[in-house]
Amino acid sequence: MTTTPAPTSSWARARHLWGLRWRMMRRNWSEFAHQMRKHPLAIIAAVVILLYILAAIFAPAITVHDPTRGSLRTRFEPPFWMEGGSTEFLLGTDDQGRDILTRIIYGARVSLLVGVIAVGVSVLVGLTLGALAGFYRGRFDTIVSRAADLLLAFPFLIFAIGVMAFLGPGFGNLILALTFKGWVEFFRLVRGEMMAEKTKEYVEAARVSGMGKVAIITREILPNIMQAVFVLATLRMGYMIIMEASLSFLGLGIQPPTPAWGSMVASGRDYLLTAWWVSTFPGLAIVGLVLAINLFGEGLRDVLDPRLKIE
Amino acid sequence: MRAIKVLERILATIPIMFGVAIMVFIFMRLTPGDPVDIMMGAGGAVGAGEIEQLRAEFHLDEPIHIQLWYFLRDAARGDLGNSYIKKRPTMELIAERLPATIELALGALFFALIIAFPIGILSAVKQNSWLDRFSMAGAFLGISMPAFWLGIVLILIFSVKLRWLPVQGRISYDVNLQEITGLYVVDSILTRNWPALKDALRHLILPSIALGAAVAAIVARVLRSSMLETLRADYVTLARAKGAPEHRVVLRHALRNALIPTVTVIGLQVGVLLGGNMIVETVFGWPGLGRLVVDAIFNRDFPLVQASVMVYAFTFVIANLIVDILYTYLNPKITL
Repeated sequence: MTTTPAPTSSWARARHLWGLRWRMMRRNWSEFAHQMRKHPLAIIAAVVILLYILAAIFAPAITVHDPTRGSLRTRFEPPFWMEGGSTEFLLGTDDQGRDILTRIIYGARVSLLVGVIAVGVSVLVGLTLGALAGFYRGRFDTIVSRAADLLLAFPFLIFAIGVMAFLGPGFGNLILALTFKGWVEFFRLVRGEMMAEKTKEYVEAARVSGMGKVAIITREILPNIMQAVFVLATLRMGYMIIMEASLSFLGLGIQPPTPAWGSMVASGRDYLLTAWWVSTFPGLAIVGLVLAINLFGEGLRDVLDPRLKIE
Repeated sequence: MRAIKVLERILATIPIMFGVAIMVFIFMRLTPGDPVDIMMGAGGAVGAGEIEQLRAEFHLDEPIHIQLWYFLRDAARGDLGNSYIKKRPTMELIAERLPATIELALGALFFALIIAFPIGILSAVKQNSWLDRFSMAGAFLGISMPAFWLGIVLILIFSVKLRWLPVQGRISYDVNLQEITGLYVVDSILTRNWPALKDALRHLILPSIALGAAVAAIVARVLRSSMLETLRADYVTLARAKGAPEHRVVLRHALRNALIPTVTVIGLQVGVLLGGNMIVETVFGWPGLGRLVVDAIFNRDFPLVQASVMVYAFTFVIANLIVDILYTYLNPKITL
């Protein structure tokens, strides 16, 4: 990079700094894109994820049927390639005569929303607490770390089921149940990284140059940790989606008639002998999305976090 | 020295268990609705005097910290209250269901390990072969698949379509089995009841696969990557240079050292086996603890939910403790 002499006026100086930052970001991005190209599966996975997102957003535009209202006349229509099936209901209909494909497309909204919000809140809480605990240590660190240890004493799904049992079903409670324990992993990652980074020279340099503690954390250290956090967040997303589907399968998550993949699979359980498609296709939708997210996450990890801090 | 460390580690679990108990208690009290009201809802009409009496009996008229004290005192004695619905001690109900859950968990673990070990070892030895790629793709699928859906697909294929295996339950109605341990496979072997053994095993196969698949996938991946590492270690090169036969190099030198991270991961999977059993027991109508909890949740039988969650958490903590202790024997360099 060619170095231009640093300008003197504060406005020009700020513009100069932003220019540098922008150029660095662009260079990092093209470097990143170049690296990702070595992982074709991850790119395919990204495209698949994008398709799911688009389907979720434009659900009303790409479907013709109502996701919640059916008709008794169209109960248990088989998929179109089977005898008695029609192209009106591509993947068949369920016990209430609702189009399964339509419900799967609408169901993507729940899964994606829960995944993104649950992981987002977990990152926010874990990152904040982890950064503070790892940087300042002391009593705060002890207390939060003990709380984290305590939460680790519960298997994830059992904890979530317990919370849902006490709070009752619903979207907000679902997010609460998933994040109540979900933050712990991000906390542990960020805290550990914080403690390691804190002793490095660039932090010392920032401190000597009179930078405030908050600025050191947010502007110096966090940017170095964010890639690992991002990788972990991606890998956790698939897990959260499976957890939501499991809770909905048990009837503790999203309540009918709102279409959610987990409860759709559950609703087809009573008809396995006669209408296998009711349970099978929503499950395939889960596998497809989670598989894509995990593949993308693995590719991302190989590129962004080659030290393999995250297993 | 090691004995002291182990003892320290055991003592360290006590505050965790206390914390678990307190947390469960707090959740109970946060629940909307008064326990006595819920009980009344389940038990029918009663007079106001009786309600007061029940409130006193459950110490609900005392301040919250006194209630916590009573709760912890009773919990330490193994008394976690009575089920609202079944009017029996929760621990009794849990004890009845526990063998079924243990049998399923062991079945799943067994399935996971007999799948994961050959795959993990062979994929590492033949890295980048079609076998390696195929198994790792399979492992990836195993991680991305929800257990309940895998269970349903297994039922569709092996029970509905092929009619090879039963759909539901632990044992057929027409099979007589004398219960000793409550683990049907063990009981049928102990009583030399071979038809019952065959029947119990047939019932156990599909749920074990559904529950164990994710564990198998994770263990296979970890074993493969740690084998890849140990196969490149100096001591393996040395063993080869000495002319040791290849199977001995792989199994004695490489595998033994690769076991250390693998055992940790297996220990962590206990949580998956415990949590997953609620799902898999629901899918396969397996009469275990998981079913009991799920039913209790829908009946708003809070003492039973509370007791089960505590039993699960304690089991998990103890399992991790055992893994930590095992770990020191596998790797003498590690201190707890």
